[in-house]
Amino acid sequence: MIEVDDLHKAFGKVQAVAGVSFAARDGEITGLLGPNGAGKTTTLRMLYTLMTPDRGSVRVDGIDAATDANAVRRRLGVLPDARGLYKRLSARENIEYFARLQGLDAATTRTRCDALIAALEMADIAERRSEGFSQGQRVKTAIARALVHDPRNIILDEPTNGLDVMATRAMRRFLLQLREEGRCVLFSSHIMQEVAALCDRIVVIAKGRVVAAGTADDLRAQTGEANLEEAFVRIIGSDEGLAA
Amino acid sequence: MNAVFVVFLKEIVENLRDRRTIVNALIVGPLLGPLLFVGLTSLLISRELDRNEKPIDVPVAGAEYAPNLVAFLQQNGVRIKPAPDQPEAAVRAQEQDLVLRIPADYGEAWKSGKTAQVELLYDSSQRDAASSVERLRATLQAYSGQAGALRLMARGLSPALASPLAVASRDQSTPQSRSALLFAMLPYFLILSAFMGGMYLAIDTTAGERERQSLEPLFANPVARSRILAGKLAATFAFAMASLSLSLLAFGYAGGFIPTEKIGMVLDFGPHFAAVALLCMLPLVLLATCLQTLISAFAKSYREAQTYLSLLMLVPMLPSALLAVLPLKAQAWMFAVPLLSQHLIVTRLVRAEAVSLQQLALCLGSGFLAAAAVAWITAQVYKSEKLAVSG
Repeated sequence: MIEVDDLHKAFGKVQAVAGVSFAARDGEITGLLGPNGAGKTTTLRMLYTLMTPDRGSVRVDGIDAATDANAVRRRLGVLPDARGLYKRLSARENIEYFARLQGLDAATTRTRCDALIAALEMADIAERRSEGFSQGQRVKTAIARALVHDPRNIILDEPTNGLDVMATRAMRRFLLQLREEGRCVLFSSHIMQEVAALCDRIVVIAKGRVVAAGTADDLRAQTGEANLEEAFVRIIGSDEGLAA
Repeated sequence: MNAVFVVFLKEIVENLRDRRTIVNALIVGPLLGPLLFVGLTSLLISRELDRNEKPIDVPVAGAEYAPNLVAFLQQNGVRIKPAPDQPEAAVRAQEQDLVLRIPADYGEAWKSGKTAQVELLYDSSQRDAASSVERLRATLQAYSGQAGALRLMARGLSPALASPLAVASRDQSTPQSRSALLFAMLPYFLILSAFMGGMYLAIDTTAGERERQSLEPLFANPVARSRILAGKLAATFAFAMASLSLSLLAFGYAGGFIPTEKIGMVLDFGPHFAAVALLCMLPLVLLATCLQTLISAFAKSYREAQTYLSLLMLVPMLPSALLAVLPLKAQAWMFAVPLLSQHLIVTRLVRAEAVSLQQLALCLGSGFLAAAAVAWITAQVYKSEKLAVSG
């Protein structure tokens, strides 16, 4: 469960986020939709405590990120926009490094690594150094290391960015599986089809503000458009920066 | 496992797999100094020896006018060569170090008991020729003195009459102190190896990690940034100390090849030197590690960090260059200045001079204090939001 209340963040004179509030529930996939530059990444960065909000609060499973950032990070699995690997370490070593930083013991580390390598179908690359990995292989490794501590809440920033069709489909299946396990999944995207196909709830962000929130049906009803794409365009005010 | 240790271990493993880091930090860095030092000192010493022992070649114009003088010169380690046609031009063009010219009226003047003149042509701006000129001048003086004494005695007078005052020079310098210039560069070579040893890790663990976009996911882990920084600093420090230790070992081995005994000099590169040098370098290496990491944290890319750190490497040359040009007398306060204190202590150690406990304590105390201050600043920079965000 992730609760966000009235987040604000400015960089110099640029107000990147100006009042974002929403809740992402357990057992649901929540999509953060918005054009490029709407403030999605900045919002997520405040969620996983990389940045401190100027105003507003973030609560994960009831824990305030401002008072106990480490407890919040322990409950979050994060796939940030930046997903660089250590290229001189093998995929498994990359995952193990994060497992140790999460404080897992040796036995748990091994079983979790094996389970994730099997679930993400990456046994063939597990012992290879990550230098020269394809984009898909890199994202798989980055997801495995983000989930190694079995977090209840998962934040993914544009998870299908740069993936080919097959890898995108696999990613969507994986997100649905995480939902089936009862986790809280929150991801950002500027691709309408993806959000429409996956999300239980959609939060639309434009110019640093939440401009609409609800299920796909809610959004259609709210705008009076039968087509979800038309509904989004109407909500945001333009189709600039969105992809179908 | 402690998070600091986890980070430390990962940085060590990852960098041990990088050939460029290994070559620069553990091979080139530690060996460059000893090789240069041994090469340069051996060259200097053997050239010095050559000059004093080898016969000097002197082109003599008009040798036929003064056969006795020429014979005397030959007996005293001077090889007589035919003079060039234009002696002045040859000396000016540095084709000849010096030329001795004996005028045609030399024999006449000598016989009539007047002061005979010979001309010594040389170029005082050419330092290389100075020792040859000095030796020839001394030999000519000796000849003059000898002939003068013989003339006085032939007239029944004591030679002492003609020299009412004799200056007896008693040089109090030791071979070690005479070679001060030789040693001015030594501390720099040690510091250089430590700088080179840590440089690649400092860049890789901060600017490099940000450029590869792995810093943001790293900071999403439930570990305080100061602890991540501590692990990275520890890894960088370990590489720098490894490089320095290898360098000291190399000096210990290579020091045996310097022909110091030929000029009666004592050079101590033994275990005592290595141990005390390592100890007094500890705070400086820590300071360098923190500074390198701090600078890398400000750089936007690996390349930018590399440029800044290469400039930083020139800083430790300052005391070496300064003390080589202005031989300052070591004052107590100098041992409280990081870099300068290491310089003074290492120079003393290698000359087998005593270093007092107080001097060592001042050096360690001030060094660790400075390192702690820079470490604190680096930790503050590490806390900034901008650090993790690339581009």
